Amino acid sequence: MLKSKASRWLAGPYLLWMGIFIVVPLIIVVWYAMTNSEGQFTLDNLTQIGRYASVFMRSLILAAVSTVICLILAFPVGYFLSRLRANKQHIMLMLVMLPMWMNFLLRTYAWMTLLEKNGLINKLFGLFGLGPFTMINTSGAVVLGMVYNYLPFMILPIYTAMTKIDDSIIEAAQDLGCNVWQILWRVLVPLTGPGIATGITQVFVPAVSTFIISRMLGGGSNLLIGDLIELQFLGNSYNLNLGSAMSLVLMVIVLLCMSFTSSFDESEMEGVM
Amino acid sequence: MNKKQSVLLQRTYIVLVFCFMYLPIAVMIAFSFNQSKSRSYFTGFTLDWYKSLFHNEMILSALGSSLVLALASSILATVLGTLATIGINSMSRRSQLLINNISYVPVVNPEIITGVSLMLLFVMAQNFGIGGEGGIFGWTTLLIAHITFNVPYVIFNVGPKLRQLDPSLYNAALDLGCTPRQAFSKVILPQLSPAILSAFLISLTYSIDDFMISYFNSGTMQTLPIAIYSMTRKKVSPEINALSAVMFCVILTIILISNALDSRAYRRNQKAIRKAMQAEGEGVR
Amino acid sequence: MNENCIVSLKDIVVEFDGQKVLDGLSLDIHDKEFVTFLGPSGCGKTTTLRVIAGFVTPKSGNVFFDGKDIADLPPYKRPVNTVFQKYALFPHLNVFENVAFGLRLKKLPEEEIRPKVLEMLEIVGLKGYERRSIYQLSGGQQQRVAIARSLVNQPRVLLLDEPLGALDLKLRKEMQLELKRLQREMNITFVYVTHDQEEALTMSDTVVVMSGGNIQQIGSPQDIYNEPQNAFVAQFIGDSNIVDGVMLKDFLVNFGGHDFACVDRGFKINEPVKVVIRPEDVQIVPPSIGMLTGLVREVIFKGVHFEMHVDVEGYEWLIHSTQASVPGELIGMNIGPDEIHIMKRSEV
Repeated sequence: MLKSKASRWLAGPYLLWMGIFIVVPLIIVVWYAMTNSEGQFTLDNLTQIGRYASVFMRSLILAAVSTVICLILAFPVGYFLSRLRANKQHIMLMLVMLPMWMNFLLRTYAWMTLLEKNGLINKLFGLFGLGPFTMINTSGAVVLGMVYNYLPFMILPIYTAMTKIDDSIIEAAQDLGCNVWQILWRVLVPLTGPGIATGITQVFVPAVSTFIISRMLGGGSNLLIGDLIELQFLGNSYNLNLGSAMSLVLMVIVLLCMSFTSSFDESEMEGVM
Repeated sequence: MNKKQSVLLQRTYIVLVFCFMYLPIAVMIAFSFNQSKSRSYFTGFTLDWYKSLFHNEMILSALGSSLVLALASSILATVLGTLATIGINSMSRRSQLLINNISYVPVVNPEIITGVSLMLLFVMAQNFGIGGEGGIFGWTTLLIAHITFNVPYVIFNVGPKLRQLDPSLYNAALDLGCTPRQAFSKVILPQLSPAILSAFLISLTYSIDDFMISYFNSGTMQTLPIAIYSMTRKKVSPEINALSAVMFCVILTIILISNALDSRAYRRNQKAIRKAMQAEGEGVR
Repeated sequence: MNENCIVSLKDIVVEFDGQKVLDGLSLDIHDKEFVTFLGPSGCGKTTTLRVIAGFVTPKSGNVFFDGKDIADLPPYKRPVNTVFQKYALFPHLNVFENVAFGLRLKKLPEEEIRPKVLEMLEIVGLKGYERRSIYQLSGGQQQRVAIARSLVNQPRVLLLDEPLGALDLKLRKEMQLELKRLQREMNITFVYVTHDQEEALTMSDTVVVMSGGNIQQIGSPQDIYNEPQNAFVAQFIGDSNIVDGVMLKDFLVNFGGHDFACVDRGFKINEPVKVVIRPEDVQIVPPSIGMLTGLVREVIFKGVHFEMHVDVEGYEWLIHSTQASVPGELIGMNIGPDEIHIMKRSEV
């Protein structure tokens, strides 16, 4: 009854909005990527991207490394949190989410000051007669920034998946003769598959497309895809067509990543059923 | 490994991870009270950076813009999204799926893509002469961009709630004499209001926090994150430390309050359930 | 029986996605009666109720209320109220406001609403609960609020859609009596939907047995139980033994290799028929004096009686008896003329 035909019109304004501000802009990106500044069709923009292959590779590698580190760090956290008593879990969860609410520019800035040549960390090393080390403006610093910023996005979905695993399942596995590693690989990982998949997308997608972290922690020498795109749109090498082509490639990368994780998600689900 | 050791290991691990997450913030807050601009030596206690923060015109006006922008875009997104949810709910399965998939685009797409694609749209509009001499980048474009990335969150928050509603509630209202319009305003809307409110709050926080999408569509306007970005470019500015400390405290307060309210409601609910179960026992006699 | 008919359905056809849920259903409901629609799930009983309430618009056919066609009247204008399966109480309102909901819509003055609501809450046994939240009520109490919320509007007909389905057995029995009492006190028509035959037989003045979108039989609980018109009713209401037989002439039927006196007539001579016998109507006697003899296969203790599965010439019979036999024992069985119900083969 609530589903009357007349109430469909209520979606009208949003559908219009969605068309103009979600669908049309994506079409424009494709259009710009396929034309030159005079508006003529060309594939030059896309072929030019080959020149930036090293940047694309660096982005993919740094994002992948960060995602793996996040996964390794987050998995035990998710498990330990899910085994706490309910009220403790609640508090710990708040603690995980709290840094997420801080603006990520501020969080990244914090690391900038810590990693500097005369920053606090080098100061500590100095006390032991070590260093100073060059930590800022390295790809290591970029990975650190990514892990720091996106770790909660990995912990939360894994934790959620873990809470659905009853203690008795783990006990049953032990009872059937699983050692700690077997419990991990044969029970916990398969059962948290969907959570892991969500976590991977939630970390990899922003990491591969960021330009703030690389700019603040990577200096000029660690350009990522995001930096390239930003340079084409608002920076010195203003070129909307080339920027659109790069955006298109980035979208394809993200789509590939998501179809990979979602297929992983489904196959794991079958295993659970 | 015995039980005690493994518990100890678990605790240590969690503490280390939390240290990693909180130490940078703690250091920033500590150095916001530092007299000198040094970021490695604590030379003495001062509140000067807070004073200069609250007299920093750029920060204050950016904060003002951010708040106005967040409020306006969240209200509009909530209205647009709630109406859309009801409309979508009465469509066929296939159209629902299509609309949901398109609505997912701004959620899953990298923010930078959403940012530049909107920017391209506005650039094109400008090329067609919309916006006149000064161009359209500024309030209009920011508002449109923020509404665009907020509406999907409203739809994905209110939609499931609407689908969960017992359809007989609506029928019961009609049965008791409500016209369809009254049934909606007296029964359905009050049921949805918590979801609508939380969608509004989510929109508000996303909007205040957004940097990436605003960055490409702000023109010369400064929102708070954009102002922070320009401050970080200047390398040494201890006011940022002070700003971080203030923001951390504000967030902490909000979370603590909402948490306290939640747990009170939870406790009250538990009590009520216990009471009802007792009453059940008496009812059977 | 009082002949004034309050709700009348004529040739109602309802289709969902091209599938016929009600197939030309016609039915008269008399005023101040307790009518029950009884049938398995998917038989169309709830749909019939929703047609009366106005939530389902029939594809064809008419709905008359007091002789007036109300097929086009929306639910909120119909003089009927519904108690929903899962109560459908409004969670954002407390007990008082839930019950007052309909009165407020009628814009009654506050000083009239209050006493009416309180009186109704007292009638359903919830005095003093008016400020409770819905979440603070047990299932049975929520049920009572739902009933009060409907009755306070003084409907001519109260429609109840399996209202006791969510309650446990003991509470259900209690509420059955309570509903019967309410119907008598309020002196209005109750239309009750259930799949529980015991519930239907205990509470109703009239039972409407439904299956496959059609009415199978209408009658008093006694009629339905004792004189099932076809095999579906016989099987759905209690357990039955249904065996093949031949009607030799009026008042004489042959089955199981024996001629039995019966009370049915009007069949052709030697017409093949179906014979229905209730398990409790079979008397167990020594084999030597039994009309039929059977071999006991299984005996199950059921509390009040023993349930026995007996093999009679290849047919398995179900017999309820207060005395136990032993599996493997040979028993004799007698059946009185009144206990034999004859049905035409075509009705099966």
